Order: sequence, then structure tokens, then C-alpha cells
Amino acid sequence: MNFDDTPQEAEFRATARAWIGANAPKQYEEELRKSSLGRTALKNANILEVAKAWQKKKADAGWACLHWPKEYGGRGSSPIERVIWQQEEGPFGQLSRMFIIGHGMCGPTMMAFAREEHKRTYLPPLASGEKVWCQLFSEPAGGSDVAGLRTRAEKDGDDWVINGQKIWTSGAHYSDYGILLTRTDPTVPKHKGLTMFFLDMKSPGVEVRPIKQASGASDFNEVYFTNVRIPDHQRLGEVGDGWNVSLTTLMNERSAIGAAVSTGFPELFEYCSSLMLDDGPAIEDRAVRSKLANWAVKASGLKYTSMRAISALSKGERPGPENSIGKLVAGSMIQDVATYALDLQGASGVISSAEDAELAGRFQAMLLRAPGTRVEGGTDEIMRNIIAERVLGLPGDIRVDKDVPFNKIPTKGRG
Amino acid sequence: MNFDFSDDQKQLRDQARKFLAEKCSPKAVRVVLDGKAPYDKELWKGLAEMGFLGVAIPEEFGGAGAGHLELCVIAEEMGRANAPVPFSSTVYLAAEALLIAGSDAQKKKWLPAIASGEAIGTLALFEGKGNPAPKNVKLTAANGVLNGVKKPVADGAVADFAVVAARTGSSGRDGDISLFLVDLKAGGVEVKSLTNLDPTRGQAEIAFKDCKAEPLGAAGEGWSILTQVLDRAAVLCAFEQVGGSDRALEMGRDYALDRIAFGRQIGSFQAVKHMLADMYVSATLARSNSYYGAWALSTNAAELPEAAAAARISATQAFQHCAKNNIQVHGGMGFTWEFDCHMYYRRANAMALGLGSLTYWEDQLIDRMRKKNAA
Ligand SMILES: Cc1cc2nc3c(=O)[nH]c(=O)nc-3n(C[C@H](O)[C@H](O)[C@H](O)COP(=O)(O)OP(=O)(O)OC[C@H]3O[C@@H](n4cnc5c(N)ncnc54)[C@H](O)[C@@H]3O)c2cc1C
Repeated sequence: MNFDDTPQEAEFRATARAWIGANAPKQYEEELRKSSLGRTALKNANILEVAKAWQKKKADAGWACLHWPKEYGGRGSSPIERVIWQQEEGPFGQLSRMFIIGHGMCGPTMMAFAREEHKRTYLPPLASGEKVWCQLFSEPAGGSDVAGLRTRAEKDGDDWVINGQKIWTSGAHYSDYGILLTRTDPTVPKHKGLTMFFLDMKSPGVEVRPIKQASGASDFNEVYFTNVRIPDHQRLGEVGDGWNVSLTTLMNERSAIGAAVSTGFPELFEYCSSLMLDDGPAIEDRAVRSKLANWAVKASGLKYTSMRAISALSKGERPGPENSIGKLVAGSMIQDVATYALDLQGASGVISSAEDAELAGRFQAMLLRAPGTRVEGGTDEIMRNIIAERVLGLPGDIRVDKDVPFNKIPTKGRG
Repeated sequence: MNFDFSDDQKQLRDQARKFLAEKCSPKAVRVVLDGKAPYDKELWKGLAEMGFLGVAIPEEFGGAGAGHLELCVIAEEMGRANAPVPFSSTVYLAAEALLIAGSDAQKKKWLPAIASGEAIGTLALFEGKGNPAPKNVKLTAANGVLNGVKKPVADGAVADFAVVAARTGSSGRDGDISLFLVDLKAGGVEVKSLTNLDPTRGQAEIAFKDCKAEPLGAAGEGWSILTQVLDRAAVLCAFEQVGGSDRALEMGRDYALDRIAFGRQIGSFQAVKHMLADMYVSATLARSNSYYGAWALSTNAAELPEAAAAARISATQAFQHCAKNNIQVHGGMGFTWEFDCHMYYRRANAMALGLGSLTYWEDQLIDRMRKKNAA
């Protein structure tokens, strides 16, 4: 057990630090440092542009997607070097959240299932942030039950023709490419009739309509497909094997989201350190301290859990279903933390206009974004199922539609 | 960076687990639980023979000299097996106090005796209600003579010697407290067993009447030594609690797979699955916090005070959470004396108080985090 850098790690850290020091967009540092879940916009700049510029700079110098192989635009780094980079990148790392779906899910899926020539063509510009990718899985009829999706893909010569609708697609409005899960055979049970593709989002027949979210922002979209043509060589995996392919994506999603998820604790601790209550400083109040301590050990527990996962990775073990723990714990924690921070402000916690918002605003933004965290990438309930079934070995839920041909499954709950 | 135990340490864990599975079955634990013995003497002897009692004691004092990471590994197994022996009081509290503050002669006298299983030690700190604090120490020491009453003293009724916290000044500050070593068999003490929440680890009241004692560490240094001892013990107890959490989770999982209701395994009901998933979550967070504590302990890092408090809180919560839900998964069976669930429930709740309550450690954690942030 050792937390210190080895000599090679120390050297890597020094090189990374020097490069970041010389190249990072420092003019945004303060704003990025103050940002938190739900509040990552920059006041006087388009965050996507800033993120793309930083990502390109990193890629040109060999610092993009560190753990990816060099030939696909990465650096071939060890998992631990990746952590060191993240520590050194600090607040500038917030910018790479813009690419989390492409880097965390689409990239690994392409790497596992695309043809070699496609990997060499599509992965480097994904790594460098020049091209943005999205993940087209969820549909009105299939979120948790992804395999319940209905978007059809029908073979026509060397092409597939796509018709249907996706929903909640994050970043589709600024994406260049997407990975798309479709149904190619409705006459077999639902998991067996799926096929995965990647496609150009500018293809004729693709229509993206932003959705306004509960938080007020518009990060996700509806995507409609009308006779969209995808060449067969853009298929990922075998026809009918889309479920398996999507499992690779989802597994990567869990570790990508799990590792990046914020808890709100540092913000709350900082806040309580300066806040005055009626009876004195908040941090000296017994009830406040008890709350803080409870969240402190959750936050540190998550941090060290991910370090344990990285230690396992660096010994060649694969990321397992236990990675579901990060988002499960952090999702409701950040919601509770935000609620509590506002509670400490009493009636004024409700105000979100200019000056008053300086303190409350941060937690209000968290509060309004947190419900999405508990749903995206698998709901709390699905995460608990995964832990119970895949980590603890408990029986799967009873699936009444498991062996029924997809086109015979009832489609409405009531009436 | 490498955030895991080494292969050798894992081997030691397997060895300890195997040994305890053999020598410390629930049936053996019940002999002590039912009051038929104050602790499991056979097991104690066996632990000494395996070298587990002295694993972190240097070779020159009769130990194995392996280190604290190895002790953490064994602590986890002791918790898993719910071992009914005075391990924590002797090895985490008494031995650590000696290692930190003992003179060469004191170490030579007691440490080999601990390692070989001949001497049981304890820490006499508490005096009734209240958490660790200099103001709660009323027992006095004057000219090497102690007067006052300590309770509860963990394993006090079976201990051969005690490290005693005594008041030697009246300024109201930390410097008023000094530590003393008392040979409990040498006279001047009256020991009374107390019934307690967890009979598998006894508690006692010890009255010191004009009792001769030798100083342990410098006069006025008592509180700072105690703080270090408690921090170390917090990490080591956290490993016992992690072991207990894991065992309680495992028992719950096994029962959920076995028991049929409404024509299904109860483990197929989501309410039960999710309860077990949440137990896994708290046990995992506790384990990770404890690993960090283990690293800090083994390297004597500046992070130890904060890491120890975090491990303590997290592991206390996890063990309580897992132990209580294990009973719930077991339904009515879980509430019988017959089933083992209550042994872990008792241990979890007794351990939650042993080094000071959760509230105390929460307070400590925030203090320590503030200090770090200020620095
Ligand atoms: C901010 C955000 C971003 C997203 N981005 C993307 C994206 O980029 N690409 C994409 O494809 N999708 C995306 N999603 C969609 C997301 O994956 C789904 O919303 C999610 O999987 C839940 O599906 P659902 O919305 O259909 O809810 P439902 O599946 O209808 O769930 C409704 C409720 O039922 C519960 N439930 C459902 N099934 C079970 C079960 N078996 N056991 C217990 N409870 C159950 C759920 O937990 C939930 O409480 C995003 C969602 C959000 C909120």
C-alpha cells in the first residue's frame, strides 16, 4: 500500500505540471474553479469552443485521452498516469466533461468493435475534440429497459435504412457522430434483435430537437430518423449482437461517469467554513459538524474506492460492475448536500438573483441538476440491481418479456 | 501509487481466515456469549502461536516485526470471526501505548509477554459518561500513587496490566494528564465485572486505591500520547468493523438465496436486493476509508489523524448498518438467540462506543479537516 509516486510517476507528474502550467487557458481558471455540478457555463465565452481549443492543444502535444493507444490519438499511458494527469489538470479538467460521452463511451465501443480503418479515421479527431460524439440509445419506450427500443434498421443493398426516434441524447445538437442502437429483428425476443451502428449526425434524415430540461438548461435532445441511410461497414459487431455491444458501452459509461461524478462536499465544506449562523460560525455548530462529517466520509470513501479500482486496473484487472457505486452514492449525496446548504441560508436560500445568488446560486444549480444525475447512465434503482445481481450474485428480476418475440410484448401499462 | 495490500499480506489474510474458521466458530463464540468463560483461552493461545498477537511488535521485543498493515489484515479477520478475545484492548491499545511511549525496560517487560499471549493489557481511560476529553479524567496521581475509579474498562476483568490516564495537574488543559502503567495483579486495585451490550468482550470497573504505578511517557504528555493511541486503535478497530460488515452482508446474502417466500427466493425481491446492495455500498466505502487509514498508520503520515477519524466513522456506520439489516433479511429467524445475527449486532453497537462515540469522532474529523485547511 503506497500513496507516494514512484520515480517514474514523479517524473511524469513534473512533465505534466510543467506543460499544463505553460499551456492551460488560465484566463478561465477562476471561473472553472468556482463551477460545480449544474454550473459550468463561462460568462464571457462559449464553453464548447474553449473546451475544443484546450483539447486540441492537448492532443497536439500528446496529452489527449491518455490511456488510449497512440495510433488512435492517445498516449498509451497507465491508469495511474491518467489519475496523475487529472490531479495536475485540476479545474481545467472540467472542460473535458464536454467530451465525456465520446471519450468515455463511444470511443471504447469503437475500439472494441469498429474496423481497423475506421478506428484510425474516426478515433484521433474524437480524441482531439475536433469531432464530438453522442450516444443514441434511450427512447421514449426504452430507458432503463434499453432493449425495449423500437428504432428500426432495415437492410437495403449495402446500406441500412433507419426510422424511429431517440430521446435524452446529450449533446446531439453539437455532435458530429453518434453510436446508434437499433432493432433489426422484431420477431425474436428483445435482446436478440438489436444491432449497433455509428453514423454521421449530418446524414440526410437526421433531425435534432433540443429539449428544455427541468434545470432550465438544454443539454439533451430528441433525435428523429427518417429513412436515414447507414452503410453496412459502419455496423459495430454482428447483426443481432447489438445488446452485447451496448453492454461494453454501458460498462465503460459506469466507470467514466462514476469516476468523474461530483459529491458537492468540497463546496459545502468551504461554504460552512465561512458562513455565520445566528449563534456563530456554522463550522462550530454541532449539528452542522455532524452532517459535514457524514458527507466527508462518503466523499473520501468514494475517492479511495476509485483509487482501489485504479490499482486493480493497473494490475490488469477489468473494470467491474462494482463501479456502479460511484454514481449511486454521489447522485443522492449531491442532492442532499445542496438541499442542506440552502437550508442553512434560511429563507434567503430561495433567492437566485445577482448578488444574493453568489453563495446560494452554486447550491441552487446543484439542486436543480442533481435529479438528472440520479437518472442518467442508469437510475439509482438500476445501479442497485447491478450491484445486487452482478456483485452479490442475487437472482435477476423476473422478466416476463424475456422469451417473448419483441412484436408480441404489451406496450402500455394501463388500459 | 498502489492502493491495495500486497500478495504476502493477502496470503496472511487467507491464513488468518482459515485459522479463525477452524478455531473460532460461532459455537466457540457462544461459549463466551453465554457466560461460560470470560474469553476464549484456547483461541488466545492459538493466536499467540500463530504470531498474530505480536505481528506489529518489533522482533527485539518478541514480536514478528511485520508491521501495521499486517495487523490491519488480521484485525479484519478478527472482526469477521467475531473473536471473543481481548485482542483490541491488548494489541491496539496497551501494546500501541507501550510502543509509542514506553521506556526500554517497560517494553522489554510487557511486549514479549503480549506477543506470547502471557499478558493481557488494556487502557483505563473512561470514568462513566462522556467521551475522551482531559476534563473527564478525574482519577488522580500523586507521587506515583493512583486514586479513583475507571469504567468501563474493556477486558478489565481479565487484564494483567493497564495503561491508566490520570490527572496530575489542575490547569484544565491537556498537560494535566499523564499516563501510568499498573500491574493489576500487584494489589491496590479492585476489579468488578460489568454486564454489557456485548458479552463476547467483557467490560469492568476498576477502583484504584492508593495504588502504586509507574509513569508511562513523560509527565503532562498523557493526552498527546492518548490521542495517538486512539487514532491508531481507530484504524485497527475500523478493520475489525469492516470484517464484521462483510460477514454480516455475506450472511444476509446467503440467507436471501436460501429462503423461499411467495414461491421465490427472497433475494429476488427488489426491496431485499436493494437493501443488500446498500449494505455492500456502506461496507465498500468503509473499506476504502480504512485502507487509507492503514496507509497513514503504517507510514505514520501527517494525514493519520484525519484518516483515522474518517475510517472510524465510516466503519462504525457500515457495521451498524450491515448488522441491523442482516437481522431484517433473516426475518423472525434473525431475531432468535439461535441465529448468529445478534452477535454481530451486539458487536457492531458495542464497538461504536468503545473508543468514544460517533458524535465524538465526527467532531474530531471536522476539527482535523479545519486544521489541515488552515495550514
Ligand atoms: C441528464 C440526462 C442525460 C442523458 N443522456 C443520455 C444520452 O446521452 N444518451 C442516451 O441514450 N440516454 C441518455 N439519457 C437517458 C437515460 O439513460 C435514461 O433516462 C435512464 O436510463 C432512465 O430511463 P427512463 O428515463 O426511460 O426511465 P424509466 O426506465 O421509465 O424509469 C422510470 C422509473 O422506473 C424505475 N425503473 C425502471 N425499471 C426498473 C426496474 N427494472 N427496477 C426498478 N425500478 C425500475 C426507474 O428507476 C425510474 O425510477 C440521459 C438522461 C438524463 C437524465
